[in-house]
Amino acid sequence: MDHKLSLIFTLPEIILSVSGMILLLVAAWGGVKSARLISILAVAALFGSSAYALEFLTNPSFEFGGDAFYGLYRMDGFGSFSKLLIYFAAIVSLIIAPRFFKDSGTYRPEYPVLILFATVGMGMMVSAVDMLTLYIGLELNSLSAYVLASIIRNDVRSSEAGLKYFVLGSLASGMLLFGISLVYGFAGSTNFSVIADTLTGDLSTGPLIGVVLVLAGLAFKISAVPFHMWTPDVYEGAPTPVTAFFASAPKVAAIALTVRVIIDAFGSQTSTWQQIIVFVALASIVLGAVAAIGQQNIKRLLAYSSINNVGFLLIGLAAGTAQGISAMLFYLIIYVAMTLGSFICVMEMRDAEGKPLESLSSLAGLSQTRPGLAAAFAVFMFSLAGIPPLFGFWGKFLVFDAAVAAGMLPLAVIGIAASVIGAFYYIKVVKIIYFDDPAGQIAKTGHKTENGLIGLMALAVSPLGYLTIPLLAPVTATAAQALF
Amino acid sequence: MNQLDFPILSLMLGLPMLAAIICLFLNAQAARLLALVTTLALFALGIVLWANYDIGGPQWQYVERVELFGNFAWALGIDGISMMLIMLTVFLMPICIGASWESIQNRVGEYMAAFLFMEVLMIGVFAAQDIFLFYILFEAGLIPMYLIIGIWGGANRIYASYKFFLYTLLGSVVMLIAMLWMVQDAGTSDIPTLLNYDFAPEAQTWLWLAFFASFAVKMPMWPVHTWLPDAHVQAPTAGSVILAGVLLKMGGYGFLRFSLPMFPEASEQFIWLVFALSMVAVVYTSLVALVQQDMKKLIAYSSVAHMAIVTLGLFAFNRQGIEGAIIVMLSHGLVSGALFLCVGVIYDRLHTREIDRYGGLSINMPKYALLFMLFTMASIGLPGTSGFVGEFLSLVGLYKVNSWVTLVATTGIILGAGYMLYLYRRVAFGELVHEDVKAMPDLSAREMALLAPIAAVVMWMGVYPESFMAPIRGDVGTLVARIDRAAPEGDAHLKMGQATAVPRGHEAETGHGESH
Repeated sequence: MDHKLSLIFTLPEIILSVSGMILLLVAAWGGVKSARLISILAVAALFGSSAYALEFLTNPSFEFGGDAFYGLYRMDGFGSFSKLLIYFAAIVSLIIAPRFFKDSGTYRPEYPVLILFATVGMGMMVSAVDMLTLYIGLELNSLSAYVLASIIRNDVRSSEAGLKYFVLGSLASGMLLFGISLVYGFAGSTNFSVIADTLTGDLSTGPLIGVVLVLAGLAFKISAVPFHMWTPDVYEGAPTPVTAFFASAPKVAAIALTVRVIIDAFGSQTSTWQQIIVFVALASIVLGAVAAIGQQNIKRLLAYSSINNVGFLLIGLAAGTAQGISAMLFYLIIYVAMTLGSFICVMEMRDAEGKPLESLSSLAGLSQTRPGLAAAFAVFMFSLAGIPPLFGFWGKFLVFDAAVAAGMLPLAVIGIAASVIGAFYYIKVVKIIYFDDPAGQIAKTGHKTENGLIGLMALAVSPLGYLTIPLLAPVTATAAQALF
Repeated sequence: MNQLDFPILSLMLGLPMLAAIICLFLNAQAARLLALVTTLALFALGIVLWANYDIGGPQWQYVERVELFGNFAWALGIDGISMMLIMLTVFLMPICIGASWESIQNRVGEYMAAFLFMEVLMIGVFAAQDIFLFYILFEAGLIPMYLIIGIWGGANRIYASYKFFLYTLLGSVVMLIAMLWMVQDAGTSDIPTLLNYDFAPEAQTWLWLAFFASFAVKMPMWPVHTWLPDAHVQAPTAGSVILAGVLLKMGGYGFLRFSLPMFPEASEQFIWLVFALSMVAVVYTSLVALVQQDMKKLIAYSSVAHMAIVTLGLFAFNRQGIEGAIIVMLSHGLVSGALFLCVGVIYDRLHTREIDRYGGLSINMPKYALLFMLFTMASIGLPGTSGFVGEFLSLVGLYKVNSWVTLVATTGIILGAGYMLYLYRRVAFGELVHEDVKAMPDLSAREMALLAPIAAVVMWMGVYPESFMAPIRGDVGTLVARIDRAAPEGDAHLKMGQATAVPRGHEAETGHGESH
């Protein structure tokens, strides 16, 4: 094993961790004033890493990927693709943050540094081919995330969100670790491919519990039912840019990680994990749809919406084919655009003094005071609901296509029928924005950066998005193929 | 590329799309003008389409195909049936814009944009030659219609818009799964290829049911019609016109384009279901229409009854039935559209749709009463109007298959005469008892300009239907030839002598009555 090659393969993570540590020192000396500079440098570091990830994804000489550090880490198309999405989401979360925190005077240089460390952790997660790398990446991400959730430390809700996230997250990590130790005990290795080679045939109770516990831990991280309880509380309590970050980047990382664990490590145990994934997918779709109906807080509503979308994503995984994984990756691109877009819309919901608003009723009649914002909001809602011609439909289309191709017709039919329940609350938001009389609470003017980003995301999920299919479909197919 | 060497169908989709986006940024009067000019330009393009349509030429004309989306293509093309439905759309759209000229005063730009977007989708649905493109455009219609009902609708508009949206969405989603399965089975999403692909009969059963769920809701067939009266009553006048005129036709078009030719065996297998539901619809919704107090609701229920005649004609599996069904679709599009406009005219004056609030309108609004009567008669199916041609042909076709069903269906005509004449009597005849009704002025020039063209076409279709039947004849022949292998046996069992003078010319149609 060539150390030089290992270092090259891990370059995206090295860049991010080194710049993270340097920026931490800058923050220590520069104090609060340096926050802006640090944000800019962090974005630059993310762009640097993205360049390498893009290179790994597109350069034909890296087509077959390669292992680094004696099989602990793997550079391949799948990981590089996920990283690009994660970096993109992290960059957006950094760009939107200063303005939000400036209003409350709480912008701190730790925010960009923590985002960087979380991103390093996520990079490790999606590239891990060993349970230990997986766990370290996951914890690096989670610990940063706990702090991020409570970054406004004198705000009760923010602290509560952080604490809640920490307690439940630790529980999930514990389950995951216990599962890993069981699997290790029976397989004799923490390496994914060795696990796949060892755990074949009918599993005895021990490794079976191990597999189930690993999946339960991962289900917590992707906030799939029945391990979703933390999501609405944390999404509601955390500052909105942090919520936007949580809903996008770590979700991509956790889903990619789940995919890799299931396909690489438990690939020979299809019958074991498939029924779990099918159940989790359908339960997430239904609960995400039903529980959202009564919500009055837009951030809670979007939290349930993300649970709902995770359910649809998992349908692609349940299919268990390269087509299914490729469908998931495409869905993730669209999902990131929709989610970031809708959370930036939520950030635009402030009253004239700049105080953030979160209740659904404050959106009433928005179309008459802020037509542009209202239209973007409606586009995101219809897109999240998967109504054509918006691009959100395409993600659902692909995962259902994969499920049908894999012969899972009942799953596809139940899943798509349940999507109608979800449509109800999405169109309810549109109803409030378009049909109700103006509440006039939301300030008449918006912020340029935010408006620009909203416009960009809305354009991406508009019907124009279909034109990107010939460009993106081969990329997702290559990335998915890397796992098989 | 096609006979015009020009992607005219793409232009017909791009033009209103562009205008819709521009409308969002215009003030009220400019948006109205732009919408009117655009829809008139589209009507002109529609005439170009018809004028250059090669009757008896290739089945698919004006074909365009660009592999734009990876998994599916931007594939457009029309046959005679699609062309007539596109003509119906582009003919009704300027009238809708005109009908909203004065009655819509707030958020005009958005309103016009929604209508123009709707027009894109309607033309697209009829022109799509890729099954996924069809689905996307078919479903996308929910968004503008939801907004039209919800923003510019009546008092109970929220409920109606939810019901419309969720009902039709639930109907359609399962169809998507069926389409995915079909495309994987056949290896193509190209509609003309799929039309000639034989699915296994067992699979057809499920596929047919999945499609039926969608089209039956869209049509709408009893008992999934309940969204329609609500949507109609709450929608603004132009919304009702487009809903009754064109959107309902998408259900019939779906049966015609997908269910029958793609799953002929399953269509025959479920013929009892279609007949049973349609018979109930004809009688039941006619009776419901008879007791309505709200004019729009009455016409909405009559739409359900008329659409039942369409399904009966379509599932007769023979030329008369199918041609008749298509003519009923066209005729109903015009007539119910016109009737909704007639309701809109007096609603604009008195702001109520309650029948009892009117009466004696023939005294102070003679022009209105005359046109209203024409459309009433056309709805009943009086010879000389468009309604007669379609209903007569459908029933003739149906009679070849099942005389008992025909008997029940024919009562629908009588009941139709009942509720329509009753409506007309209460609105137009009698004394002018209400003071405010007495003060209502007759049709304005704008309203005349909206109703007169429809009246002319209704008469034209009634007196010389050949103009409208010539383009569809070849395509109906193809369809009948395709489904003939599954055609049900007629129940007449006529014993004929040596047939000496069987008229030639309709080779495709070998009526079972004759062959026995």
